[in-house]
Amino acid sequence: MSIALKEQEIIDEFGMFSDWTEKYEYLIDLGKELPLIDPKYKVPENLIKGCQSQVWLHAEKTGDKVVFTADSDAIITKGIVGLLIRVLSNQTPSDIINNPLRFIDQIGLKEHLSPTRSNGLVSMVKQMKMYALAFNEAQ
Amino acid sequence: MTSTRLDIAKIRQDFPLLSREVNGKSLVYLDNGATAQKPRQVIDVISHYYELENANVHRGVHFLSQLATDRFEAAREKVKTFINAPHLHEVIFTRGTTEAINLVAHSFSKAFLQAGDEILISAMEHHSNIVPWQMACEDRGAKLKVIPYNSQGELILSEYQKLLTPKVKLVSVTHISNALGTINPVKEMIRLAHEKEIPVLIDGAQAAPHLKIDVQDLDADFYCFSGHKVFGPTGIGVLYGKEKWLNAMPPYHGGGEMIKTVSFEKTTYNELPHKFEAGTPDISGVIGLGAAIDYITDLGVEEIGKWEHELLLYATEKLTQIPGLKIIGTAKEKASVVSFIVEGIHPYDLGVIVDKMGVAIRTGHHCAQPIMDHFGIPGTARASFAFYNTFEDIDRLVEAVKKAVAMLS
Repeated sequence: MSIALKEQEIIDEFGMFSDWTEKYEYLIDLGKELPLIDPKYKVPENLIKGCQSQVWLHAEKTGDKVVFTADSDAIITKGIVGLLIRVLSNQTPSDIINNPLRFIDQIGLKEHLSPTRSNGLVSMVKQMKMYALAFNEAQ
Repeated sequence: MTSTRLDIAKIRQDFPLLSREVNGKSLVYLDNGATAQKPRQVIDVISHYYELENANVHRGVHFLSQLATDRFEAAREKVKTFINAPHLHEVIFTRGTTEAINLVAHSFSKAFLQAGDEILISAMEHHSNIVPWQMACEDRGAKLKVIPYNSQGELILSEYQKLLTPKVKLVSVTHISNALGTINPVKEMIRLAHEKEIPVLIDGAQAAPHLKIDVQDLDADFYCFSGHKVFGPTGIGVLYGKEKWLNAMPPYHGGGEMIKTVSFEKTTYNELPHKFEAGTPDISGVIGLGAAIDYITDLGVEEIGKWEHELLLYATEKLTQIPGLKIIGTAKEKASVVSFIVEGIHPYDLGVIVDKMGVAIRTGHHCAQPIMDHFGIPGTARASFAFYNTFEDIDRLVEAVKKAVAMLS
């Protein structure tokens, strides 16, 4: 499925919430699902340290697609990590590099990607794009 | 229910920002440890300065420059009285506590720190009172030693005494810990250091809003604090230093104002305080700080301290009733700061939910990573109170924390 379609799916899901409590309960549920990363990849090289929470990111090339797995020590961050993985994983490097991730703003979670939050997410997105760039160069 | 003589409801009306809404709820501001709100009196003084009094200080002959200089130096006088400094020229204006500490770390080290010497700090310091000393030690080949604390967050004085060796050239310690709320026995620590002829710098960033500061009573060699935490504007702070030290220290920044004569062959430096005040100062900041000092002096620093203590007791009682909640920092002597964690819940998640309910607290490591590492936690949630907070604010906090815990468990 293309990034645009995946984004639209998420926007539609979030459109069903009438207040912040429902939205965050959903995010928390997403965050509580099984770990998104193989424990053997939770190593210092994959750690992105924020002031508020931490994120681990692992990337692999499978065929012409990049597959991401990730985790966070904070549940809400993990829920958002889950959404980002859902959109960006299993896509080609160029699709990942070029995506502006507008859906985060449209579901009212832009504040979590603000640099001042220092929760590791901004750095994680940057890292995802850098992996995509690296895989792009390599092919 | 309370014995305070402060009319809190009336005081709150002085603070415009306290009546705003956040996320559709009335704001409960409990992040005073990060910065304090400003009363109308301070805001008006700053606006008034820019509307009617703005001119550069110390340099001019015209009416406005004289007026601005008078207002500026009158504020210096207010600071001197506020901290009971013996001499006006021992009051140096800086950008904040961080810059004040950097100034001393830089200039004191240049004058007095040799290879093999030691600087002593505590394990509960804010990064501003760690990093400048690490940098100075690295630069001079000196060593940084650290005073430990116990599980309640109290410095272990017996260990401190053992660390006061002849190699120590300076002790730098916080008056009140921003992360733990601990009030350190700085007067006693200074006395012990002085027995070995070791000077002491006190980081008063968190103390100045809550305690009466008397640098002569403490016999502090250096004392620093920030304007924005004492209800003044951001960008201004104070370094008090005993003239015997400041006179022996080389300047920190070079430029105008801090010089006596300049030529390409040789430049001579100005006297205190101007030697350490290069360039055009934060004039409106200084004047605003003066107004803030007037404001809290009128209220009475002792009265403020008493009310805040009631808030601390109430908050501690209510928060500890929440299952799984643990307070980090349980010293016998504490300021109105409550750092806590809830078992199984990340402080970031808690802070996000609490924010949605209009309550502003701070989460994370509070620029004190060593403390979080010591307790083995990613960070804490911290509520820090000021005199305009109320029991109702604390009830809102408790309600928000309970909701967050329910959602996150």
